[in-house]
Amino acid sequence: MSGVGARENVFATRMALTNTKLRLKGAQTGHSLLAKKRDALTTRFRAILKKVDEAKRKMGRVMQLASFSMAEVTYATGDISYLVQEQAKLATFRVKAKQENVSGVVLPAFEVDRVAGSDFNLTGLGRGGQQVLKAKEVYAKAIETLVELASLQTAFTILDEVIRATNRRVNAIEHIVIPRLDNTIKYIISELDEMDREEFFRLKKVQGKKKRDTAARDAAQPAPNDSTTSDDEGAMTDFLSTKDEDVIF
Amino acid sequence: MASTSFKDRNLIAVIGDEDSITGLLLAGIGHINEYQKKNFLVVDAKTQVSAIEVAFQEFTERKDIAILLINQHVAEKIRPTVDKYQQAFPALLEIPSKDHPYDPSKDSVLKRVQKLFGD
Repeated sequence: MSGVGARENVFATRMALTNTKLRLKGAQTGHSLLAKKRDALTTRFRAILKKVDEAKRKMGRVMQLASFSMAEVTYATGDISYLVQEQAKLATFRVKAKQENVSGVVLPAFEVDRVAGSDFNLTGLGRGGQQVLKAKEVYAKAIETLVELASLQTAFTILDEVIRATNRRVNAIEHIVIPRLDNTIKYIISELDEMDREEFFRLKKVQGKKKRDTAARDAAQPAPNDSTTSDDEGAMTDFLSTKDEDVIF
Repeated sequence: MASTSFKDRNLIAVIGDEDSITGLLLAGIGHINEYQKKNFLVVDAKTQVSAIEVAFQEFTERKDIAILLINQHVAEKIRPTVDKYQQAFPALLEIPSKDHPYDPSKDSVLKRVQKLFGD
């Protein structure tokens, strides 16, 4: 029994047994906690997954709309791409990251952080200014959707990673650590039992040896013993009649 | 790992065709930093694939970019690199362009989503 499966390399002592039992308990607690964490994360993950899927499709539509408004601009104003590219200096449309905590996992969420900028004010001054303005708004809306999607996607990536790590840990504890500790405990118990039996047997043996020795001694000395008793009796009778020699110390 | 680094990421970078870039810049995402580095790359028919790769690497390694937008047809050109990209930051987003409608089946993230739903 003790030879089956991996076990830790410990001396079979009572202390090691207590320690191992404590560790097994710890491992079991850890396992249940991790399993809970995994479940919580998975629930969250499923929700995000669904949202990502939706948002991606929504993005397709929004971007289509945006491209259309861009086409309007090109139609009304002509090609402004060079102008716009040259004018871009400082971003007025930025994102801000805030964090959210899901069972100990930090998930970032991006937020649109828009500074009311006045760049490109002169773009389309001649004609098509309205279209440019409209395109600006439409694109800003589109980017908001994109930012939302990006935070979902980041959460998705991070959660995916964390869930995998948690899964690995849960499985490692379930299939490696706990069996190994179990085996160790079994090994220590069987070894201790074996030691007990050995000790018991040894004591028995010693007792048997002692008994045999006494018996042998008894057997070897019965004759003198008997004679002494009989002698004693004779002596007893004699004590009164006979006179002792003087005892000189 | 992320808690310290994503706080100062606040830019959106783009790799895409001229129209997409113009629109996005119009909304105000354009940024040129102190090293005269732009946060956007215009890809046209003449742009080398290697140049896209370089820009992609640069944007993904920059510390101030939170989101990297890339046109799907551009992503298609460097698909192996895009598929290999697994980091959370910057978030990589494939966006449709004017003449290339969005195809969910090509998106590297949606592919993973599909795979996860599959099994």
